[in-house]
Amino acid sequence: MNDILDEMYRDIILDHYRSPRGKKLIDHADISSTGQNPSCGDEIAMQVTLDDGTVKDIHVGCTGCAISVASGSMLAEFVKGKSFEEVKKVAEVVKKMLKGEEIPDSDELGDIDALKGVRQFPVRIKCALLAWMTLIEGIQNFEKQKKAGPETVTTTEEDEQNAATDQ
Amino acid sequence: MSMPSDTDRKPALFGSGDTGFDVNRIKADFPILRQKVNGHRLVYLDSAASSQKPQAVIDALDRYYSQINANIHRGLHTLSEKATAAYENTREHSARFIGGVKPEEIIFTNGATEAINLVASSWGGQNIGEGDEIVITEMEHHANLVPWVILAQRKKAVVKRIPLTPDGQLDLTDIENIVTPRTKLVAVGHMSNVLGTINPVQRLAELAHKNGALILADGAQAAPHMPVDVKQLGVDFYTFSAHKMLGPTGVGVLWARQELLEAMPPYNTGGEMIREVSFETVTWADVPHKFEAGTPNIAGVVAFHEALSYLEAIGMDKIREHAIALTGYAIDSLLKLDRLEIQGPLDPTLRGGAISFTDADIHPHDLSTFLDSRGIAIRAGHHCAQPLMRALGKVATARASLYVYNDEADIDALVDAIKQVRSYFGV
Repeated sequence: MNDILDEMYRDIILDHYRSPRGKKLIDHADISSTGQNPSCGDEIAMQVTLDDGTVKDIHVGCTGCAISVASGSMLAEFVKGKSFEEVKKVAEVVKKMLKGEEIPDSDELGDIDALKGVRQFPVRIKCALLAWMTLIEGIQNFEKQKKAGPETVTTTEEDEQNAATDQ
Repeated sequence: MSMPSDTDRKPALFGSGDTGFDVNRIKADFPILRQKVNGHRLVYLDSAASSQKPQAVIDALDRYYSQINANIHRGLHTLSEKATAAYENTREHSARFIGGVKPEEIIFTNGATEAINLVASSWGGQNIGEGDEIVITEMEHHANLVPWVILAQRKKAVVKRIPLTPDGQLDLTDIENIVTPRTKLVAVGHMSNVLGTINPVQRLAELAHKNGALILADGAQAAPHMPVDVKQLGVDFYTFSAHKMLGPTGVGVLWARQELLEAMPPYNTGGEMIREVSFETVTWADVPHKFEAGTPNIAGVVAFHEALSYLEAIGMDKIREHAIALTGYAIDSLLKLDRLEIQGPLDPTLRGGAISFTDADIHPHDLSTFLDSRGIAIRAGHHCAQPLMRALGKVATARASLYVYNDEADIDALVDAIKQVRSYFGV
């Protein structure tokens, strides 16, 4: 009876929504990044600690709908121990998946694969993307500023988020 | 010279000579409501965003295009004369609808937003200067907020706002210090699209005029739902939108006193709005044509006449009574649910049927998506009123908004579905 709805709100999604991972605050942040979905008011803030070029720890604080919270939680779970390149690569895969494009073998995606159901709800795609776009923006700014000097950067990425979902 | 029409045909709700308010008969006049959405009867609770259209309005669009389509005010042929007569007929009808003003004082725009922008650009451009103050309210829709903020930036003027009471009414305690001799314009929503609140426009008009200011009331939410008499309200500008009151999209109305319109420069320029043009000089046509450059939404304006007739056939007093009764029923039903909060006044006589609410556990977007799966259409988000959302301390709300074709069964469907949403999300 709720086929399409259940496709989006899968058990894995609802589990992440009810008990989001990455809630624990972290002491030291190498990257801080915030993002908003202006149209729905979802807000996300994340801090990342690095260890030799990989994500050592991450805190994700998200105020929003089930999809944006679950997506942020999945991101927190996924990125620990991953390099920037790996994070960027999976963010691209998430984008493609939400656009309904074919994606390669999804074994390594784990829970993230459950976000697939969101693509049948076009207005909710930006909810699923919020965490990923926010982290990528944070990483890109970190890389830019690293060349210039300072260690910690703060960024907002509304525009990037809009650009990504307007397509 | 009028268009061939069954204007005189009574809407179906009067089919058997009954003059009462019969929602089932009204529902039957709206073909869109007969469909199923996601396998369920469509329960349309988003009329504050856009209302549905009765068959009479849909037929009028069809008749216009199949029988009299031509450009207006210029052709010397039969169709153009018929189209012009039908278009001007709606102008006269709109003038009657808001309390019997002069038809020349009715300007057709592409929506209420454009009507307000017209005033901000034309009247504001001429009359607002550095240090002047424009008073708006904390509950304004962006349509009656952004034009004033932009105008103020352009003119180095100041935008002041009237704050809200905790139950979502205007807090007039300090009003004497907000509306002052420095005030040039008060711009206020007649009825809030988020809170439903009906604002004391008449009192604000008196206060504005006492201070030498003018007042604009944005009637986008009020004109569809209650009797409006702009002279009784005492306002200088009144704006509303056809598509929120059973009419087609792309038609808005600006009413302003004739002497104001005559003193205001044109907003758009081009065809139709001129008297005489050379390469050196242009003289403008008289109002209202001065403000209607180019070919307007003729079909939409023509069909809007049928929407107004439909509303009048029910009776605006009856529509208001129905709104009070159904809003009261909806508020009572929603408040029986745990952990659900309603924004705005709870007394239905102080408000219209746009009911915003938040569930302590379910985000409005999840709620809206879930309700849609049950065929129930509501709005979720900031409702184009971000400053109000900040004042309420919310990022978003869910909003169910009612109209003539809604009944208690629609409210019951909403409440039942909200009860199910909690178990669905396991919270």
